[in-house]
Amino acid sequence: MSAGEPRFCFLGDVAGGEQANGERVDGGRRLSKNRSMPNPAIEIENLSKEYPYGFLNLKKRRSLESLNMRVETGEVFGFLGPNGAGKSTTIKLLMRLIFPTSGTARILGKSIEDVSMHQEIGYLPEQPYFYDYLTAAELLDYFARFHGLSAADRRERVQRMLKKVGLETAKKIQLRKYSKGMLQRAGLAQAILHDPQVVVLDEPMSGLDPLGRREVRDIILELKKEGRTVLFSTHILSDAEMLCDRVGVIVGGKLRGVGTPGEMVGIQTQGLEILFELDGAGKKFPLLDRATKTGERYRVQLPEAQLYGALDELKSAGARILSVAQIKPTLEEFFMNLVDADRAQANAVEVSGR
Amino acid sequence: MTNVWTVATNTFREAVRDRVLYNLVFFALLMMGAAILVGQISMGIEESVIVSLGLTAISVIGIFIAVFIGVGLVSKEMDKRTLYALLAKPVERWEFLLGKYVGLVMTLTVNTAAMAVGLYVAMWTVKHPLAKSDWFLLVAVYLILLKLALIVALAMLFSCFTTPFLAILFTLGIYIAGVFAQDLRTMQVVDLNPATMKLLRGISYLLPNFDNFNVMGAVAHERGVPGRLVWQDTWYAILYCASVLAAAAMVFSRRNLK
Repeated sequence: MSAGEPRFCFLGDVAGGEQANGERVDGGRRLSKNRSMPNPAIEIENLSKEYPYGFLNLKKRRSLESLNMRVETGEVFGFLGPNGAGKSTTIKLLMRLIFPTSGTARILGKSIEDVSMHQEIGYLPEQPYFYDYLTAAELLDYFARFHGLSAADRRERVQRMLKKVGLETAKKIQLRKYSKGMLQRAGLAQAILHDPQVVVLDEPMSGLDPLGRREVRDIILELKKEGRTVLFSTHILSDAEMLCDRVGVIVGGKLRGVGTPGEMVGIQTQGLEILFELDGAGKKFPLLDRATKTGERYRVQLPEAQLYGALDELKSAGARILSVAQIKPTLEEFFMNLVDADRAQANAVEVSGR
Repeated sequence: MTNVWTVATNTFREAVRDRVLYNLVFFALLMMGAAILVGQISMGIEESVIVSLGLTAISVIGIFIAVFIGVGLVSKEMDKRTLYALLAKPVERWEFLLGKYVGLVMTLTVNTAAMAVGLYVAMWTVKHPLAKSDWFLLVAVYLILLKLALIVALAMLFSCFTTPFLAILFTLGIYIAGVFAQDLRTMQVVDLNPATMKLLRGISYLLPNFDNFNVMGAVAHERGVPGRLVWQDTWYAILYCASVLAAAAMVFSRRNLK
């Protein structure tokens, strides 16, 4: 692999297939047949889902196409994609809320068909809604019963979880009086109540205020510190960049790339940005024409090779240099490029089909 | 079975908190009004009128609860997506279904028992003390409860594969057809060919025979109910409910949630 080649695995239209050199692309890792790998927490193989629609359900809409993905034990994995990309479909398939048209998946080595697997899984649905006639404490106690916990253990865990998600003072209020953010917190509490090894969160940040998002981020990091595996879907790319060991991008039901956030956007910098201030007004020098003024500060972007020349120029002009930073593409840019490419392709297919 | 019981107790709690048992107030008012009115207008048949009215009210109110809440047991959970978090726990789908069923039958048992007490109070008001034959009323109430348990099972089955509106229509349709199942079996139509008659008779045996559970006339006229009928009805209801619930579990086990 050359230095300039991005190290993430870009899957394009070939989702999890055999490479030309015989290696199998799986979840962004190149797996040689002889190399032993630790057991993945989640292993998805050729998972597809079609929904019937139209008169007599004769037509089929493919919502997920041959998904191959691995989430390693102990990592935080972000699942990114626009609305309708197939994120929730994948998660629902893993949670056996819907059934695959083809393909299989295993969690902690057990098939998703095996109900006992759910002892070790915590799940937060997208926009969760719970029995609104229950209080948060009753809801958690109800869910804890399915894990065979004793009454004393349930009481202790319920109190601990309510405190953890900041619902301690609202524990006796019926859920019908909860705000969306409070329901999200109650949902998170029920997902981690039984100390699961694998936590699957469908849009855990949605509906939360900045404080709530920060708390959820802290909980995810705490879960990671405890060695648990977290798979979460999100639209908020900054959260993914901040939290995830690896991310997978899914667009149009196909996995488009898997890797660390850094790998996804590429490790090559796109240049440098200098932030500076000028003491005296009216000074003129060539670099100033290229700079953008924001308030009292100027910023100018230039290739790495021009850095020292630019610094000399600023020094002689009496400018105060505040910072020099590398310019890297963000995950958002990467994500938007993928989505735009997908839409362009879809339009092309539509035009050629006429 | 622990999971079934957990879901069942929660379903009962839901019914209580959603004020399903408020119908008892309506029943109490109806019985009080009837006791006063019957005392004034009917001579010698007060008890029979009160028993007929009371048992009819228990039956009709029970049917309403069984159909409308029975259909909502599964469909409401799917619509509101409260089912998502639950099915991600170590719970089999059939356990969820059976738990919901048991929970509603528990609710109906409490509701029917409370109405039976109300009916006895009304009878005691128009004619006290109560006679030994008045205890036949309990048999009639028990058979109504069996009928309601069967209706809940049907409502759950239909709600597993169709919309709530259609499920209500189907359940009520089967109930009405089931009331006349006995007539269908014994019906003699001259114009029908033997094959059609056989088909009709076959259908009549597939339909739940709700007429079996109706002993209102006998009880209102202080006639006893044969013990054999009670046993037969009990086994009929158990086997029919088990078959319907097994079918519901089969359908629901492969159902994709929204």
